[in-house]
Amino acid sequence: MRDFFGRLFSREEGSKKAAKDRLRLVLVHDRTSLSPHLLDTLKEDLIQTISKYLEIDTEGLEVNIDQEEETMALVASIPIRSVRRGVVAKANS
Amino acid sequence: MAGKVLVVTSGKGGVGKTTTTANLGTGLALLGRRVCLVDADIGLRNLDVVMGLENRIVYDLVDVIEGQCKLRNALIKDKRVENLFLLPAAQTREKDAVTPAQMKELCDTLKQEFDYVLVDSPAGIEHGFRNAIAGADDALIVTTPEVSAVRDADRIIGMLEAHEIRSPKLIVNRIRPDMVKRGDMMDIDDVIEILAIQLIGVVPDDQEVIVATNKGEPVIFDRRTRSGQAYYNIVRRLEGEDVPFMQIGPDGFVERLRRLLSRDVRRRA
Repeated sequence: MRDFFGRLFSREEGSKKAAKDRLRLVLVHDRTSLSPHLLDTLKEDLIQTISKYLEIDTEGLEVNIDQEEETMALVASIPIRSVRRGVVAKANS
Repeated sequence: MAGKVLVVTSGKGGVGKTTTTANLGTGLALLGRRVCLVDADIGLRNLDVVMGLENRIVYDLVDVIEGQCKLRNALIKDKRVENLFLLPAAQTREKDAVTPAQMKELCDTLKQEFDYVLVDSPAGIEHGFRNAIAGADDALIVTTPEVSAVRDADRIIGMLEAHEIRSPKLIVNRIRPDMVKRGDMMDIDDVIEILAIQLIGVVPDDQEVIVATNKGEPVIFDRRTRSGQAYYNIVRRLEGEDVPFMQIGPDGFVERLRRLLSRDVRRRA
């Protein structure tokens, strides 16, 4: 009964909400469709840049695009072997 | 001064590109502009029947590009409006008979003669689409308030951007006020929010468009129709006028009565 009145008076959202939500999601994916090749190049660049400051384990490095609901993130896991001494000294001076 | 080349495109097929091209071109010519419509859908010629000019075709776009005829011999003069011409698509040729460079050259030539060159793009994102946008200065994107059409429009916007067409204008076609009201269709704000480009027109779903197309005369000739009025508003916006957007709500009693009466008048006329 309550359900009936709820429907009668509250103008519930129709299928439009589903359309909008699905569209948003699919567009996030469409717009950021990075090719595996692009991801590999990005990985190489990351290694080069980070290696200037840290000694990293390039074998254990992982770079991925994570997608959750409506947001996307670039997630990198980069194991550090050691910090380069020279860099720290230079940055502190 | 050179005119402007506008490509009418959508990605998805069947959303009303050709009808939009025919109506906007006719409307601009009714305002006294010199207009050339170019059907870039090679192999699937359609703009000619929507304009009611199918019996007058002698040469087509491919003939012009291959030098089989002069450009002015291929242009078909509209039978109702002054200053309106159509360059029809080839019907019997493969769509790769033309290159983007050739299309650009053609558009550049046409805009020396005309104020507006409207290019009706084929559906899809392949060769025909690349031809259609090759000579364009700006783009009109037609979509309907449906998931697939909006998704394809988004894709097209990205491709236009890569082609240096950075501020395409959006036309939302076939919106149904009754469905919007009960929450079963995305409204204009929803579509704009998602695509994030400038809106230039809203055309309500209207049976009169089909009636007009059956007869081969663009609906813009009858401004008592809602779609005709909507197209006319877009034309004025293209001309730089600031025209408020039509209220897309279900017809009230007065509106229904007005339409009923005007239809009656039309029948008698």
